[in-house]
Amino acid sequence: MSTATTAQPKLWNGGKSPFNVEYGKLMMWYFLMSDAFTFGAFLISYGTIRFSSNGWPDPNEVFQSFPGLGSGLPLMFVSLMTFILIISSVTMVLAVKAGHDMNKKKVVTNLIWTIIGGIAFLSCQAWEWTHLHHEGAWWGSNPFLNADGTASSSNFTNYFFTITGFHGFHVLSGVVINIVMLIMTLNDTFEKRGHYLMIEKAGLYWHFVDLVWVFVFTCFYLI
Amino acid sequence: MSQNEFVQVEHHENKNEVRNVTIVLSVLTVVELLLGFAMMRMEHGSAAVLATKITIIVLMMAKAYYIVGYFMHLKHEVRNLIMTITVPLALFVWFIFAFLYDGNAYKQLRNTFDAHHKEQGTTKVPKKEHVSGNSHSTEKNEGVKPAAVHE
Repeated sequence: MSTATTAQPKLWNGGKSPFNVEYGKLMMWYFLMSDAFTFGAFLISYGTIRFSSNGWPDPNEVFQSFPGLGSGLPLMFVSLMTFILIISSVTMVLAVKAGHDMNKKKVVTNLIWTIIGGIAFLSCQAWEWTHLHHEGAWWGSNPFLNADGTASSSNFTNYFFTITGFHGFHVLSGVVINIVMLIMTLNDTFEKRGHYLMIEKAGLYWHFVDLVWVFVFTCFYLI
Repeated sequence: MSQNEFVQVEHHENKNEVRNVTIVLSVLTVVELLLGFAMMRMEHGSAAVLATKITIIVLMMAKAYYIVGYFMHLKHEVRNLIMTITVPLALFVWFIFAFLYDGNAYKQLRNTFDAHHKEQGTTKVPKKEHVSGNSHSTEKNEGVKPAAVHE
């Protein structure tokens, strides 16, 4: 077990974490790994089914609406959603940094922005789902033809709603966690503890949610 | 929590790291989207489309690297911790390749041995006009038979 790198020779001598992180943070990383395999499995099975199908709907035909602006605008709405999530990730990074500086006000501000970003994303996703549902799409029902004009199957909509549903659920739980973080911050819980490490762990979860969206949006809308 | 003894690493990273990484991520996203738009004008199934898709995937991996490395701070962690995360994820390389290859093989085999399936893959269905904003679910299954995964 003496696999110490030359830079940190004392890490494996016992009495402290050999990875130099708090236990909770390490466990969050490993939970995120398991979640990565879950989403990875979903996305890879999506790819497998798509590769095994003769035809598949054209995403630019299916996803071309923008709230208030009608249709004929492929990629626009999903771009907005992506940027919302990226910016909320940035504000989360800023919240964590403010936590390192024990700057409670800044933590609160950035957490609020992150929560707003999460809620905005969820609202967008809800709109997208509602809009597609009104066009007849749902689990078991696919009104869209394949790109080459042949009849399609409900695999397309099944995968879309399942995977974006799981992701949206993670965003929702992330928003809830961030609200709890905000309340704890406002109650001076972290000031009393002397550190904002909890915010860091919530931050890891939130970035993971953003990361999954990067993969989901690429797989469903772009390629 | 005495077993949690660790040294809080001071942010020795430069002040502008957050800003720079944000810019990088935004640029990567914009480029991906531009490529997505460009693909709409390309011929279906052409080599150009394939090359563009591969480029987009590479850009996506770059985004993952920046989000995980800088936003999630993994780059600044202890080397062994980085490896406990990245080495298992290397399994994904095999995972993706094997399953996509399998999917494709299934398609070839099915088209070879199931004439009806192959015919369904080439018979065009009369296209209904795209209804956006209309909320009538009577349109739901007309002309398109929803099939299960292994249909």
